[in-house]
Amino acid sequence: MEKIGKQTIKFNNPPTITECAAIVGPKEAQGPLAKYFDQTLDDEFWGEKTWEKAESKIIKETVNTVISKSGVSSDQIDCCFAGDLLNQCISSSFGLRELSIPLFGVFGACSTFVESMCLGAMCCENFAENVLCATSSHFCSAEKQFRFPLELGNQRPPSSQWTVTGSGASIVSKSGSGPFITHITPGKIVDMGIKDANNMGAAMAPAFADTLISHFIDTGRNPSYYDAIISGDLGHVGKEIAIDIAKSQGYNIKSNYNDCGVLIFDKAKQDTHSGGSGCACCGTVFSGYLFKQLKERKIKKLLLIATGALTNSTSSQQGESIPGIAHAISIEV
Amino acid sequence: MDINWANVFEWSSLLKCFVVGGLICIIGQILIDKTKLTPARILVIFVTTGAILGGLGIYKCVVDFAGAGATVPLTGFGYNLAKGAIEGVKETGLVGAFTGGIKAASGGIAAAVFFGYLASLISKPKMKKQ
Amino acid sequence: MNPIETKQTYQEYVDKKSPNSPILKNCFNAFWVGGLICTLGQIIMNICKERGFDQTMSGTIVSIILIGISAFLTGLNLFNKVGKFAGAGSLIPITGFANSIVSPAMEYKSEGYVMGVGGKMFTVAGPVLVFGISASILVGIVYMIFNTQTMTLV
Repeated sequence: MEKIGKQTIKFNNPPTITECAAIVGPKEAQGPLAKYFDQTLDDEFWGEKTWEKAESKIIKETVNTVISKSGVSSDQIDCCFAGDLLNQCISSSFGLRELSIPLFGVFGACSTFVESMCLGAMCCENFAENVLCATSSHFCSAEKQFRFPLELGNQRPPSSQWTVTGSGASIVSKSGSGPFITHITPGKIVDMGIKDANNMGAAMAPAFADTLISHFIDTGRNPSYYDAIISGDLGHVGKEIAIDIAKSQGYNIKSNYNDCGVLIFDKAKQDTHSGGSGCACCGTVFSGYLFKQLKERKIKKLLLIATGALTNSTSSQQGESIPGIAHAISIEV
Repeated sequence: MDINWANVFEWSSLLKCFVVGGLICIIGQILIDKTKLTPARILVIFVTTGAILGGLGIYKCVVDFAGAGATVPLTGFGYNLAKGAIEGVKETGLVGAFTGGIKAASGGIAAAVFFGYLASLISKPKMKKQ
Repeated sequence: MNPIETKQTYQEYVDKKSPNSPILKNCFNAFWVGGLICTLGQIIMNICKERGFDQTMSGTIVSIILIGISAFLTGLNLFNKVGKFAGAGSLIPITGFANSIVSPAMEYKSEGYVMGVGGKMFTVAGPVLVFGISASILVGIVYMIFNTQTMTLV
């Protein structure tokens, strides 16, 4: 493990992503990626009394699924990185309280999944054999905490995004047959002064571009090196903005760039406005769809950049702008 | 008691009510789409505007013209509060300013609280399918 | 052009790039749904008057019935669909006020009836009552000052 350039870390013995699992809610199950997920739910409560409990159950079951799929027994897992959107990360802590694996709770808003994988990969270069990385989000619990009651008859503006219900989990191991994590580029906080909580894509796009360009400068690569560059949850609005910003800095990413929030829902049929968002957006799309593409060698070199909006309802009521962050992880088979 | 249905469905008053009520809603819609105000702020703007216009005696003209078209929107709620406060002052002076408003709007407030509690007893929020 | 040169250029760029709400369609829907709700109120009011209730009592009955209908639709998980379609057309009439009380009451049921339903019921509608009642008291006091002949002070 060595630092190259300003903020990128290169792994000398690249850790492997051994296995991934994803469980999603009913709306995602109607989306174009439905067939790639391990399990899809029929209702958003999943037999629980509250949405918070349902979210905990989703992350718990996803973690159980990934452990059983991987063939790694849970006492061979050295530690776990997990986080979510709810206050004090209750869904992951409550969901994983019976797991008996040392837990590091992480918060990176919607960038949590890649943040966990970055930390997990660094552990694997040092002491750990296997590290579990997990994240979750739930449309209803997120609406309740960040926006309005579900039954309030308000209109969502066209730039707003739809929080993905679901959970993604992965196991990163010291040795294995790939896909390998070769580089990580942790991102800086970038705040361009956007205050509109209904336009998260615009708030996070500059952070995405900052991490993307730092990664290219540090590694000496250019956009055509990768088969796919995927952002976490910029949505349709943020995706267009990200392409424009990258272009203005001299990087043309138009041909091989896409966004998890764009991929997970069908814009024409599902009325999700600007697309998906939330921790689980990047988590489920990577664990369900992109990981299988890597395994089948349809994508050989992937740059995954998860974006997060570091805001809460208090800060937005106090008139603060929305700081964005983005973490990049370079995966090759 | 027999109801004279011709009076109930007197079309010119209903038409005035429809148009004025609709126009007040259009003002609200423009505020939503152009200013990005939250629903709570828009409701506050309407109720306060109604109370002030009611106090100035302007809103009464709208009510006389459009009936429920002016009283059903939240501006009418504000107008009702202000009208109640003024009537309270007429009856009991300063104390009336405090009691009159809520007295006039008490039916609506109590109904909303009661039905809200009732709905929470029997119903559960569901995810928007669309 | 470099959109992220300064915060201001970025804000202007984002405003240009973000899709606008379909304001004409929204206004049209708000107009007819809002108008229809008011007309329904007028019909109820006319019936009340035919029954011999006075203006004030009729107005109160109209409010209670419309609030009841709105609460009922909210409880059936239907009001948010109406609201999504009509926007201000269902928000601005008294139905929107009722919905803003009923929806948090249902939402926070999971936190118990006292602190959940009771405590959170006014998270959206509370400000309406605070500002509406305060404004009406000010109106009453101003009226009193300008009409000194009513200065009986109880």
